[in-house]
Amino acid sequence: MTLAPTNEAQAADFIRGARVARQTLTFEGGGTRTGFGRPMQTDGTLSTRLMTGITLHEPAELVISARAGTPVAELEAALDAKGQMLPFEPMDHRAIYGGLGEPTVGGIVACAASGPRRIQAGAARDLLLGVRLVNGEGEVVKSGGRVMKNVTGLDLVKLNCGAHGTLALITEATFKVLPKVERTVTLVIEGLDDQQAMRAMTAALGSPFSVSGAAHLPAGVGAGSARTLLRLEHFRDSIDYRAGELTKLLMPFGRAGRIEESGSRDLWRCVRDVTFFAEPYDDAIWRVSVAPTHGPAVVAALRQAQLPFRYFFDWGGGLVWLACAMHDDAGAQAIRAAVGGDGHATLIRGSEDLRARVDVFQPLDPALMKITSAIKASFDPDRILNPGRMYAGV
Amino acid sequence: MDIHPGRLAFVARTAKRYNGRSPHRFWRASLSAIAFPTPDPAILARRDAIVAGLARLVPPECLVTKEDERRAFETDALTAYRRVPLAVVLPRNTAEVAAVLAFCHGEGVKVIPRGAGTSLSGGAIPQEDAVVIGVSKMNRILNVDYANRTALVEAGVTNLSISDAVMPDGFFYAPDPSSQLACTIAGNIGMNSGGAHCLKYGVTTNNILGVKMVLIDGTVVDIGGQALDPAGLDLLGLIVGSEGQLGIVTEATVRILRLAEGARPVLFGFDSSEAAGECVAAIIGAGIVPVAMEFMDKPAIEICEAFAKAGYPLDVEAMLIVEVEGSDVEMEIQLARIVEIAKRYGVKVVKESRSAMETALIWKGRKSAFGATGRVADYICMDGTVPTGQLPYVLKRTGEIVAGYDLRVANVFHAGDGNMHPLILYNVNDPHEQAKAEAAGNDILRLCVDAGGCLTGEHGVGIEKRDLMRHQFSDVDLAQQMRVRAVFDRQWLLNPAKVFPLDGREAA
Repeated sequence: MTLAPTNEAQAADFIRGARVARQTLTFEGGGTRTGFGRPMQTDGTLSTRLMTGITLHEPAELVISARAGTPVAELEAALDAKGQMLPFEPMDHRAIYGGLGEPTVGGIVACAASGPRRIQAGAARDLLLGVRLVNGEGEVVKSGGRVMKNVTGLDLVKLNCGAHGTLALITEATFKVLPKVERTVTLVIEGLDDQQAMRAMTAALGSPFSVSGAAHLPAGVGAGSARTLLRLEHFRDSIDYRAGELTKLLMPFGRAGRIEESGSRDLWRCVRDVTFFAEPYDDAIWRVSVAPTHGPAVVAALRQAQLPFRYFFDWGGGLVWLACAMHDDAGAQAIRAAVGGDGHATLIRGSEDLRARVDVFQPLDPALMKITSAIKASFDPDRILNPGRMYAGV
Repeated sequence: MDIHPGRLAFVARTAKRYNGRSPHRFWRASLSAIAFPTPDPAILARRDAIVAGLARLVPPECLVTKEDERRAFETDALTAYRRVPLAVVLPRNTAEVAAVLAFCHGEGVKVIPRGAGTSLSGGAIPQEDAVVIGVSKMNRILNVDYANRTALVEAGVTNLSISDAVMPDGFFYAPDPSSQLACTIAGNIGMNSGGAHCLKYGVTTNNILGVKMVLIDGTVVDIGGQALDPAGLDLLGLIVGSEGQLGIVTEATVRILRLAEGARPVLFGFDSSEAAGECVAAIIGAGIVPVAMEFMDKPAIEICEAFAKAGYPLDVEAMLIVEVEGSDVEMEIQLARIVEIAKRYGVKVVKESRSAMETALIWKGRKSAFGATGRVADYICMDGTVPTGQLPYVLKRTGEIVAGYDLRVANVFHAGDGNMHPLILYNVNDPHEQAKAEAAGNDILRLCVDAGGCLTGEHGVGIEKRDLMRHQFSDVDLAQQMRVRAVFDRQWLLNPAKVFPLDGREAA
């Protein structure tokens, strides 16, 4: 059974109906991220594909709102026409899942799909000003709004960003936007090992030059030799100055080359979408989030564990993408041991069988797990919305 | 490098205002438009036993029990309201906070978390049957990690002390509320505090990566850390801005940022508030996001100039302070663009800062606005946020509303993000004027909501705006929030009289 409401009131009706009938629901937008999370068996699917359209765009106020089913591409085109952009550079998961659909506004909110610019412009949750929701009782709940500063009541906006639809159906989202990048340049240093690269990225991110992307691609990822990438995006007039100063700062690590404009954009799209690991499709993909300087240590620890894997770093070392074979636990135990206490690992791609066997999301401390379950119950007492998507029983 | 040295000088002078003690010259308002719950007689009757229980958990220097000493904690910066608490505990560490909370939970005693007591919305005002837990003794910076651009601090550190500690190395902590010399990170987390520079750098929630928090039953949880995103649900996002209703934060991992190469403000004087408001919208509309964009109307300019001698133009109706950052060349380019736009809106006075001294003076004037206003009159400070396109209309209506109550208003606020701070001037010794000022404030906040904005941008709901919440939220919205609140505090022991209207809580 697939329900495709055309508006929020109808979506609320459907959810109330499902609750009365004791039926569970899977939420779906463009269907490009169905492989994300624990496998679920539900009685039906609720698709937001007919709940579309930009409901507010005030360029002079840097704000845009759209219904959940609106394609991200439509949102970005509307922004582009006014010289604006979504600052958090949302990841498009189609490269790694091989899907054909269109990523939607609801999807990037539910998955908190922040891209490389997170280090400078903030994460999805930082740019999300407001949401409209339908909870598991079929009630329409709004939180936040359309203004930049708002501390009125509990922040259910951030709580639902990255909740993978386990608390409520997102029906509409409002984002803070920024002026579009006027020019982009990426400085590239070749041949650094992980530790050297981490130090180069640390130096750049600790500089006053507003670095908006810091990634390290070891040899074999996208090119034969290792490349450390540092992106500058700013006013047209200041890029040359900043690039010059940053190049000087990075001299101890080697001579930095430059990739301009479309070359830079293409490269960062590959970093954002993890295109390097798209194939082979039967490799598992892990996303590891740690303190930036800890990234290389995670990789070093995995080498000790004799686990064959590929990797690269984004977020100055704080985001480690790993690809490894899908047999056994696909490295789950070794990876989480390497990550340690202050960080987390998420299985982003894996067969249904694998995602049923291993913890897709980082297991939580018991006190936090208890809070998570209780928050789920406060939104969705009968556990009918994306049940078990993140954690068993939630 | 001329980075905001003005911030430091000013706050030192006005810190007294925020030291959390009662300014005794104020008349003790008996009239209360804002209701407090009736104290629980059973708790009051057990006061001695409760104090004795607390005395077993912390050393004597951490426990305040004498009435005249407790009175120092009876209010915050919303001084018209005050209640002397049952007792005050000032724990030295997380373990003591946990022990005290577990005890209070077991005894069914309400708890009021307190930072420095600088809340403008009454967020730290106690009640007679509650124990205040103040974090002021937990004021150490535990670790600064430049490589990861974070600092681990105890929650009682002051906002400014973090920037002070890292500024010699070229870093700063971005949120900069006016009370930053006195206010604590704990309070900033409670209220999701902002400041003049959050147009570019975001508010508290965008600059915190992790907290150690004690739950009401004494359980200690670590949420987040140095990683840039959360494991599981974004509980940190929920906690920041929760006004001390979910737990007591004892440590925080904050982001520290590298200072820009330089910063330079420019002053614009306009013949009307509307023109200034339109200029703000035009600057942002042109794709320029300055670091700060502050607005002052004529009454505010006069008050601040008299106090700070900042060189503000006195022959204009409204003034903007627009600050840009970067290298000298970059600042020149941005300022040229901004000045060009201002000219299109009939700017009358343009004054660029030419030295670190001038920059410091310009900011001193702005940052002393609340303190300087307090010297000429009593005031209540509103905090509604509106879409920036609505600024001219809301400013006009604000003036009309306040005039309708036969009172005066000074407007000084963060224009770039639409966060308004009308200061309604009145005489606190005149109960009739206080009631009128509160009524005018409520009308203005309803106006902000009706214009597409919200009740509070950075001060929090506290008790002040609690009874207006239904103007912004439906009962369903509030019930959902209260159910989430109850996950952390089923018995409503933590800061219970705040944020949510007192009636209708059972429905949640």
